[in-house]
Amino acid sequence: MTPALSIHQLGIRLGGRELLRGVDAKIAEGEFIGVFGPNGSGKSTLMRAILGLCPIHSGRLEVFGQAPGRANRAIGYLPQIHSGLDATALSARALVAAVQGGDRWGVPWPSRAARAEVARALDLAGADSYADRSFAVLSAGERQRVALAQALLGQPRLLILDEPLANLDPKNQRLLVERIQEIRRATRATVLFIAHDVNPLLRVMDRVLYLAGGNAALGAVDEVITSDFLSRLYGVAIQVVRADGRIFIVNAESNLVETARHA
Amino acid sequence: MLELLSSYLAYDFVRHALVVGSVAAVLGAVVGYFVIIRNVGFAAHALGHIGFTGATGAALFGLAPLPGVVLICGAAGALMGVTGNRLRRSELAVGMVLSISLGLGSLFLMLYRGFAGQATAILFGNIFGVSTAQVWETIGLAAFSLGALALFSRKLLFASLQPDLAESRGLSLTGLSTAFMLILAVSVALASQVVGMLLVFTLVIGPAGIAARLCRGYWTALALSIAVALGTVWTGILLACLTNWPPSFWITSILFVLYLLTELLSRYVLRRER
Repeated sequence: MTPALSIHQLGIRLGGRELLRGVDAKIAEGEFIGVFGPNGSGKSTLMRAILGLCPIHSGRLEVFGQAPGRANRAIGYLPQIHSGLDATALSARALVAAVQGGDRWGVPWPSRAARAEVARALDLAGADSYADRSFAVLSAGERQRVALAQALLGQPRLLILDEPLANLDPKNQRLLVERIQEIRRATRATVLFIAHDVNPLLRVMDRVLYLAGGNAALGAVDEVITSDFLSRLYGVAIQVVRADGRIFIVNAESNLVETARHA
Repeated sequence: MLELLSSYLAYDFVRHALVVGSVAAVLGAVVGYFVIIRNVGFAAHALGHIGFTGATGAALFGLAPLPGVVLICGAAGALMGVTGNRLRRSELAVGMVLSISLGLGSLFLMLYRGFAGQATAILFGNIFGVSTAQVWETIGLAAFSLGALALFSRKLLFASLQPDLAESRGLSLTGLSTAFMLILAVSVALASQVVGMLLVFTLVIGPAGIAARLCRGYWTALALSIAVALGTVWTGILLACLTNWPPSFWITSILFVLYLLTELLSRYVLRRER
């Protein structure tokens, strides 16, 4: 079977700086991959490269056996930044509807089929109960569900979720992760889930893609998130502390705790 | 009252004012909605001032004001669109294009040395001085702009609301932004005939801003925006006939009152929703 994602010796440069080098990864269809790493380690850039939005400097990257950008209809993308719509009363449903078929010419009059697809995505994301309210008055958790609904349009086989847990309180983080896990079970989609903290994803992810110091490592949580492994990846001494079933990643020199940042 | 109305309508200049006003109102209302959701109010405002340079330049070279305004606003709009397709970068691009245009405008005004009444008409609009030829010009330009907008409005809406997603679906953000800025430039040029360069912002931002704050769907917002724009322009022209005060004053005043009501109303609506 063609892997969902096949990366071989990938190198990416951004503004002349080498951001990633020699990245190898093979991700099978249906896997749930948690993507972690410090700020600026290239998580979002790697996702943009998968979407064909960022040029590849060296190596190879294939999505469902195709060049990046070719398979984008099979990818559902939840970007990190959402447009500021606080000045308008536009409803969540209208926002999702603008995405459905938004790459076609003509006026944005949604067909019956498009309306049905929008309703399906909102329902799947768990956002249908407030879909007709203004996006501007929704809470952070509700807004993230609406963004998730946009990513679910067109029944994607690969979901790229760029920090959907940012700005959410622990309870909403847990609810959103559970919902995404349900969606994965129902649709058998492959999930690439970028997050700051490994803990909310411990129970749902199959493997971890950890980016640090221009390098990337893919493997099981217990293989990758260890003091030895991460110290080598970062190139500085890192301590992984396990307590109460939770994982804390600590820079041994500065005592900076990587997790807890968004908690 | 009806008799009075029909007596006004007997005049060519009143009928022309109503036609040009209506056309500019509809175009401003539709284009303005995209200005609101794209957050490019500053660019719309700047284009109004840039049009002033076009009008003075046209006067200097012995042309009619409208072609001059359309030309320079189009060039400036395209430049803004190309250099600043992402919202974050556009403020600087708009500011710089605005600066050089105003600089040129001051030069043109110095070289022109014409009679100052012309400048006043450019700045505050002269809707009662529209000729038959200008009426047709306005209708043609507006039809062209609305037609072009209809052709790519679906893509524009997507790219405005979710630029990152739109990019991943293969849409050119720069291309869409440039095409939209060109259409905005034409709308600003047309609206400036009604309310003048200084107040052009009113027709582009006012009705659409009010509708965007009240409507949850884009089609209802467009309909309300057009209704507000037409109602305001017609009432403004009528009141100007009755009072002899300038139509620009009436149009901006009516829109301002409507805006205040909208703020009260939208606050009430949003609070009840929570």
